[in-house]
Amino acid sequence: MSVSAAQSRRIAALRAEIGAITASGREAGAVLPFGADAIDARLVGGGLAAAALHEASGGAALADDAAATLFLAGIAARRAREMGEGAVVLWAFGRAELYGPGLQQAGLAPERLLLAEAGDDAAVLAVMEEGLRHGGLAAVVGEVRLAGMTATRRLQLAAEERGVTALLLRRPRARDRDALAEPSAATTRWRVGAMPSARLADPVGDAGIGRARWQLDLLRQRGGEPCSWIVEGTDAEGRLALPAGFRDGPAAPARPADSVSPIVAGAVRAAA
Amino acid sequence: MPARGDAARPAPGLPPLVTVRAEGQKIVLAAACPAARALGLAPGMAMTQARAMVPGLDVRPADPPGEMADLARLATHAARHWTPLAAPVGDREIVLDITGSAHLFGGEERLCRRILHLCRRLGLAAHIAVADTAAAARALAAFGAARLILCPPGDAEQATAALPVAALRLPPETVAGLARLGVESVGALGAMPRAPLARRFGRDTLAALDRLRGAMPDPIDPLVPAEAPRVMHRFAEPVLTAEGIADATARLVEAMIGALAERGLGARTLLLECVRIDHDRQRIAIGLARPSRDAAHIRRLLGLRLEEIAPGFGIEAMALTATRADALASTALPGALTGEPAVPPLATLVDRLATRLGDRRLYRLGMMESELPERAQRRHRPLAHPPCWPDDWPRPVRLLDPAEPVDQVLAELPDHPPRRFRWRGQAYRVVRGDGPERVHGEWWRNAAEADAVRDYFQVEDEAGHRFWIFRRGDGVDTRTGDMSWHMHGLFG
Repeated sequence: MSVSAAQSRRIAALRAEIGAITASGREAGAVLPFGADAIDARLVGGGLAAAALHEASGGAALADDAAATLFLAGIAARRAREMGEGAVVLWAFGRAELYGPGLQQAGLAPERLLLAEAGDDAAVLAVMEEGLRHGGLAAVVGEVRLAGMTATRRLQLAAEERGVTALLLRRPRARDRDALAEPSAATTRWRVGAMPSARLADPVGDAGIGRARWQLDLLRQRGGEPCSWIVEGTDAEGRLALPAGFRDGPAAPARPADSVSPIVAGAVRAAA
Repeated sequence: MPARGDAARPAPGLPPLVTVRAEGQKIVLAAACPAARALGLAPGMAMTQARAMVPGLDVRPADPPGEMADLARLATHAARHWTPLAAPVGDREIVLDITGSAHLFGGEERLCRRILHLCRRLGLAAHIAVADTAAAARALAAFGAARLILCPPGDAEQATAALPVAALRLPPETVAGLARLGVESVGALGAMPRAPLARRFGRDTLAALDRLRGAMPDPIDPLVPAEAPRVMHRFAEPVLTAEGIADATARLVEAMIGALAERGLGARTLLLECVRIDHDRQRIAIGLARPSRDAAHIRRLLGLRLEEIAPGFGIEAMALTATRADALASTALPGALTGEPAVPPLATLVDRLATRLGDRRLYRLGMMESELPERAQRRHRPLAHPPCWPDDWPRPVRLLDPAEPVDQVLAELPDHPPRRFRWRGQAYRVVRGDGPERVHGEWWRNAAEADAVRDYFQVEDEAGHRFWIFRRGDGVDTRTGDMSWHMHGLFG
């Protein structure tokens, strides 16, 4: 199908107009790339918009939730690093469960992190908005179980207005409830889930644990297409990486444990 | 000049009281009450000796900082009431320059009796001397015979002549040296030729004599009583509405900013008091992480709490007090001139969030020296710079505190991760594991932890979920733990 020059000009003008509407008020160029081309290439603008709300959830399993926590911690850490010395990330949550040493290993050292124990979802959202409106933070992270369209819209607007990255972690509610089923005004929505990690090369076969591997689903992005990747978890600088090669195959079931090495002595214990 | 430490105690029925302090290896008396002194006890005596001499002695530790604070409070009172030139000297004296203020109280004697009366009411046995020079007055007050000594003008040298040399506050070695020469009294010292005296005992000895005679200036460093900056507003009509209260608060804040700026201070804590027509007082207090004179910021912080005020039948007066204020120098504002982008200070956000959530719920996490993971993090103030953790072992991002029991564990003892386990009713099959990382109990905190050992493993199940799991005990010796397994954290 051939398109005339006039038509293509018209289409380009319309695209620009739509772009101006969807990206209203957003600072052009303020983008936070992941640093992994395979991811950045699929994101509108080549990375996460810095002045916007991004959501992630790990689903029902607590270990997946921890992966989502690290995913957002990594984004916040990279944003803080980009902003330079003295940049601070505000992390609001309902109940204190975060472990400082673990966050430090995702790039959020104590001097970069300010924690606010807000109590409930409404308070977390209020603290987040207050943090965003302040305008001097690198990023604001909030952990909620429930946040409706109105709440997320407020956060998105505050983030756009002050040019601060807002990150919302949707924590698991009940086993069968999808935390990402609710509507949201977030610019991107992610699901992070654990994957079996790559086996370390070791002739004995009983080697330890390597870098974590996640299934990363971009469920939604404003003005772009959803996408999925398999990535290696955040490192000490908060960066993700793409696995060098799928030696085991990305989704292949791991080898049964018993075949790795025989059980010499077993002990079955009841809970204390 | 009140002499602290020898409180006039109601004698009958109570044992003699002394306070003690450590002096090197010995514990010696710091002060003794009159009853104790009558029994032969004196400051400087060893406590054991005093105890042996007076059984049933009431011995209490001396509190030098507390005594200094009390002395400063008394000096502040003096500065507010009797003369602006008042200063605490040493640890038990106050010097007042009453030149020009004694007549306000009906003369020197009436003023001194008034001071003595106050001290008696406070339970202090005070001695007062009035003389031409501060040094002479101090000598007479400390070493004179009477409680109140009024030395006529021009008489200071004569009045002090009989006092021991120590009254000049010379160093002990000088006093001892003079005693060897047979010079025991101030008068005898004054009669010595000056040049050899200076050669033998230094210029300070001469200076002390000159200060006594008034031949050398002896200025006092007056204490300036600190008044908390306070602004007040009285209403012609009682205020009932929220708008009225907010409006008055805004005006008070403006006035407070002016008062603070005048003194070069910034508020750290502010107390807003509302006096209702039924004389009930409604108070709200706010704290600031950094000294501030930012009117908008303070107004906003107060605004967050204003709804707590119940106006009742109306508020007739409001007062704002900076209960704590620190020096606040001017700061360079980044902006158009310097070319830097204006980044709002973190302290303003910290104040807002702390006012909203409460002081304790906004914090930073920092390293704490501890083997046990749950004790390895400590909360710090929001603007602190806490220390980092050593980066050796992988740590989970979420910690379960307390750790949750894990059952149906199948594991090789002593040093392999579990093969399977059940947690929160769900079975997990471990594919990979790392460990053990051995953690010992902290016997210096808790005797029960003396032998305790935990072995930590990082394990990954078939789905890639990563857990931090530990076993109580080293897997061999049951004294180190009961071999039960626990879930302590989650890795991503």
